[in-house]
Amino acid sequence: MSEQQQRRDGKFGDYGGQYVPEALMPAIEELTDAYERYVLGNEDGFMDEFRRRIRDFGGRPTPMGRADQLSERYGTEVYLKREDLLHGGAHKLNNALGQCLLAKYMGKERIVAETGAGQHGTATAMAAAHLDMPCEIYMGRRDINRQRPNVFRMRINGAEVTPVEVGRGTLKEAINETMRDWATTVETTHYIIGSIVGPHPFPSMVRDFHRPISAETKRQSREAFGRLPDAVVACAGGGSNTMGIFSEFVDPRDSDPEGVDDVDLYAVEAGGSTLDVDEERGVAPNSASLSTGTEGVLHGARTKVLQDTDGQIMESHSVSSGLDYAGVGPELANLVEEGRVDAVNVDDDAALAAFHRLSQTEGIIPALETAHAVAYLEQHDDPSELGEYVVINVSGRGDKDLAAAMEETAGRDLPNAPEMDVFDGEGLR
Amino acid sequence: MSGGTGESRIPAAFESEPAFVPYLAAGDPTFEASLAYVEALERAGADVIELGLPFSEPIAEGPTIQQAVVRSLDGGMTVERYFEFVAALDVDVPLVCMTYYNLIYQYGDEEGPEPFVERAAAEGIDGFVVPDLPAEEAGPLRAACDAHGRDLVSIVAPTTRDDRLQRLVDLSSGYLYVQARLGVTGARASVSDRTTESLARVAETGTDLPRAVGFGISSFEQARDVIAAGADGAIVGSALVDIVAEGHAEDRPPEETAAELEALGRELKEGALAAAEPEASQAD
Ligand SMILES: Cc1ncc(COP(=O)(O)O)c(C=O)c1O
Repeated sequence: MSEQQQRRDGKFGDYGGQYVPEALMPAIEELTDAYERYVLGNEDGFMDEFRRRIRDFGGRPTPMGRADQLSERYGTEVYLKREDLLHGGAHKLNNALGQCLLAKYMGKERIVAETGAGQHGTATAMAAAHLDMPCEIYMGRRDINRQRPNVFRMRINGAEVTPVEVGRGTLKEAINETMRDWATTVETTHYIIGSIVGPHPFPSMVRDFHRPISAETKRQSREAFGRLPDAVVACAGGGSNTMGIFSEFVDPRDSDPEGVDDVDLYAVEAGGSTLDVDEERGVAPNSASLSTGTEGVLHGARTKVLQDTDGQIMESHSVSSGLDYAGVGPELANLVEEGRVDAVNVDDDAALAAFHRLSQTEGIIPALETAHAVAYLEQHDDPSELGEYVVINVSGRGDKDLAAAMEETAGRDLPNAPEMDVFDGEGLR
Repeated sequence: MSGGTGESRIPAAFESEPAFVPYLAAGDPTFEASLAYVEALERAGADVIELGLPFSEPIAEGPTIQQAVVRSLDGGMTVERYFEFVAALDVDVPLVCMTYYNLIYQYGDEEGPEPFVERAAAEGIDGFVVPDLPAEEAGPLRAACDAHGRDLVSIVAPTTRDDRLQRLVDLSSGYLYVQARLGVTGARASVSDRTTESLARVAETGTDLPRAVGFGISSFEQARDVIAAGADGAIVGSALVDIVAEGHAEDRPPEETAAELEALGRELKEGALAAAEPEASQAD
């Protein structure tokens, strides 16, 4: 597998590839070369500098701890890998800092990035400020409205934030617009894509910057309970936190390959309001491309996408902006096809209930994206069947989601939601 | 319409004089109006027509053509309707289908580009331009085009150099689409130096493929200038789509919009021809 994953054309089985305009291809060749030399080859000590900065600036390693109440509730040992404690509040900084540093090594002068939930944009803005690079973030209008705190954070870190008005104003449109910027400015600008999507080398490179999550998880598991976990659960939008915590179990590159094949891997997608698709209106009220999508070409790669029979890309939906995307990383699509990773999904209601549950039982307010991973245990008929030790990747914290979560909660019948009526109005917005 | 089986008619279109190659999105804003618009461009002297099949994620397009895509899709355009559109067109010029790879890839029961190319050829399409398909991924479409006697036109970007350029030249047939400047489609005021540089680089490969320049051309002067710089054709999209957009926004009768398209089309064709007659203009 590891050899396959490093094939120069970036194919994962039938998935992956490089479906982008010719104008971008020379830059993608240059990036592929830089990825191989600096990231895979540690040329000029690039990876040493990355590790130092992600430790001193980012706060790695992040802790992994036992969730006492959840363990009791589910009759199995539940551990939480705390990427919410990484600087910025999500796993996203691993990739943003890595790519921003790589852009510097490549002599690029400017950074562009798309963002959905605003977490990748925030991480990119922080990394760019830290490394003294100008940066511009594209964000759909709808996402700007539902993730305002992150817009403020990006602006405060000195980034330009450009609203994308076309289409539904979510992640898909933001990626389109960033690609258009890049096609214009490619000679001086690097595009920091925010997940394991896009043309090769992005899916492999983004995964490698997130690889420390799984290397630490292995080490911390051995320290905490003397062996590897039986199952690892992570939410999947594009799938970067997912492959981040899966990679060392799929394709071990650290010195500890023993037993990795016995670890079950679960990618939890956003089931939205329903898995049914409205073909007529071109709307999929979910973002479950691994579970319900079909093979297609989107944003530079062949992968699983939500599309109609013609191949027009559908509008996706999820209560969480970061999972609200019609595609998924090609490597994850292939691992699901090969049967190495199980694709499962939970709907908006279950995610919101899990958001409150983790907040109340463990004192951790998760991102709505992360809440999907947490919800999977609740949804499982018998979570103890997952095994004796289960690790959940807490990909991010929920500060960005407070307004959206309370608004969404208010419209539903969630037995475990706190009573907020008395605070109605100003306090919440 | 003519076409259908047999060989692509594109090579002949560049033989006698500089070519005018307009682009419109099929079905923008309606099936019927769009037929009239394409036919108006033929009357204006179009030598090849690039006919867009709208895709929901047009990453290579600027705002003008993005809006055209939205209008066409809102007007009910589908892949099947597109083929009906091509069949219904009453024009006698070669047609190039411009679209994104996912629509080609998804067509038919089998995966891969062959069923799409076969059907397009049967309806009268002569060639294809696919902006999100670089040489790296173009093998299967090239093979399907060969099997059905169709052309695959590659886009040469200002950033395309050396071995990439040679690879595109080797891959392409019909003509080379020389992208005038970096960025996305959209009308611009002047022709960039980079166009001249790109044309020179293509010439150095020794290829005898015709070169048509596109991205930003909107006037008689620009059409003349790109031909004078060594191009064999001028591709014009956004400037024409702007007329369609305005007609739609102002609710003008389609005949009026068609007449305007024809007028700008004539001007552009004359611009292309003007550059080809240096003796005549020197004699003035
Ligand atoms: C906290 C958090 N988790 C998960 C995701 C989903 O991204 P990915 O699937 O690439 O991990 C996001 C995206 O914004 C996020 O902010």
